[in-house]
Amino acid sequence: MTNQIWVVLQQRDGKLHRGSWEAIAAAQRLAATIGGGVEAVLLGHGVGALAAEVAGRAQLAALHVVDDERLASYTPGTYVGALAGALRAAAPRFVVAPHTYQTVDYLPRLAHAIGAGILPEAIAFEGTADALVFKRPVLGGKMHARVRVVGSGCVCLSVQSGAFSADSVAAGSAPVTALAVEGGALVADREILGVEDVAGDTVDLSKAEIIVAIGRGIGGQDKMGPVEELAKVLGAEIGASRPVIDSGWLARDRQIGSSGQTVAPKLYIAAGISGAIQHLVGMKGAGCVVAINKDPGAPIFGVAQYGIVGDLHEVLPALVAAIKEARGS
Amino acid sequence: MKVAVCIKQVPDTEARLRVAKDGRWIEEEDLPFVINESDEYALEEGLRIAEQTGGEVVVFSLGPERVREALRKALALGAARAVLLKDPAFAGGDATSTARGLAAAIRREGAELVLTGSQSDDLGFGSTGSLIAGELGWPHAWLVMGLQVEEGAKTARVVREMEAGKNEILRVKLPAVVEVQAGINHPRYASLKGIMAAKKKEIAELGPADLGLDPALLGTAGARLEIVSVGPPETGKGAQILEGDAPATAKKLVELLQREARVM
Repeated sequence: MTNQIWVVLQQRDGKLHRGSWEAIAAAQRLAATIGGGVEAVLLGHGVGALAAEVAGRAQLAALHVVDDERLASYTPGTYVGALAGALRAAAPRFVVAPHTYQTVDYLPRLAHAIGAGILPEAIAFEGTADALVFKRPVLGGKMHARVRVVGSGCVCLSVQSGAFSADSVAAGSAPVTALAVEGGALVADREILGVEDVAGDTVDLSKAEIIVAIGRGIGGQDKMGPVEELAKVLGAEIGASRPVIDSGWLARDRQIGSSGQTVAPKLYIAAGISGAIQHLVGMKGAGCVVAINKDPGAPIFGVAQYGIVGDLHEVLPALVAAIKEARGS
Repeated sequence: MKVAVCIKQVPDTEARLRVAKDGRWIEEEDLPFVINESDEYALEEGLRIAEQTGGEVVVFSLGPERVREALRKALALGAARAVLLKDPAFAGGDATSTARGLAAAIRREGAELVLTGSQSDDLGFGSTGSLIAGELGWPHAWLVMGLQVEEGAKTARVVREMEAGKNEILRVKLPAVVEVQAGINHPRYASLKGIMAAKKKEIAELGPADLGLDPALLGTAGARLEIVSVGPPETGKGAQILEGDAPATAKKLVELLQREARVM
């Protein structure tokens, strides 16, 4: 095993996923710690211009490109096929990718194919070359676990959105090489039938000045009354964390977080939201955060300016009344 | 069609969590345990497919003795049988070593479709199902919001959630592993009849020797990750907590938002 780190970039339609830069930043920091170099790999079809863009911006030991029409659409089979041979030969210590739905879909298969371990959703690391400790959320974000790698061989890790700053990418350039892929390695293991839009992008929460966001603690669609009333008196948009959307209590275009919208209102009222990292990355640009939660240990209190420990079903109506009273209506 | 469903029993994350004395995990004594949320949806999906195709669901779980309760619930909901991997050799694993045990048990049992939840609510690797697929050499799909076994049961149509509010529709050959997302269906409740029937259903225990597995590749011994410690997320200085009953805290909050934060 070498001390090299390979970054698998994510692109779609010739555009780089923003998490790819964050993965490069994470890999560069990791490389500085373990004393290795960073190589990146870009998969796709017709990605020459994108490769040139990356190679001109980031300091990398190499940018490997597999440009093949069989990689025009993503499948785990073709991606693993394109990467496994090269990674077995290069034997890097870490493979780093942005923690996206696509990464979670294929990275375990890649790890399995090359006999590597898998460490999903790293949010930080610390320590020295021989004693690295990675931090990742567990228990729905209520706790963070510090984990270390044991055993020998490569580990594939994904880095959570927002955990490493894209702005901290060490600028420079990289030699571009075409990565040779063995004949017969690129086999699709699924047939892509199409893409459907579910959100419809009807609500743009990114421009909202005030957002009232609800989480699992709301308890049901029939309990939305006070939320709607509060949003009305404040002139706010209503947002939600993922469990609310999954339960069907609100439409998917109201979801805030790593798999939903990123927002930056001046006031963010989070009611019944525990504050899992996936949610926090979507609202960290908010100005003033108010947290209302029954659990005083909820992580959301850590990022809030004001907190109320209590039942949102009592606090929200009280808040509506208090606002009306303050405005003298 | 024979459907294998893997479920995990996890701490109820709504419960108040305390770090254990040794600092390496949470205190599990007195903690309520439940079936992992997305696994409940996987089970429901499996039961529906078994009903539609005239097959059965065999439910698999890896964990200590308490997991029997979760398996019993799955049997009450309609699974035909259960397989439990509770040998200490399986314990303390990461996604890699856990998948080895489960995949071997599924291979021994035989199945045309494996369903799991997309992610556990405790360790949250989101990788175990895909690694089971890797062990079995089958295709897989993760974060699935729609599943339909197609005519002839040779393929399945799968709706996979993508980012930015889009879904990808794809077809996989069977056998396959499908990792479903919470919200794909509406899980049923156990009937009294189901609960009674579950008492007579089999929960088979399998150990590494039954599966021809080397214990060195399982559980803690086969894991590539080790938890050093857990703790509440480190945060900024934290919120100013407003004290009092609901009307009092609401009034205080409005004052602060108007005068101090000046956002209202």
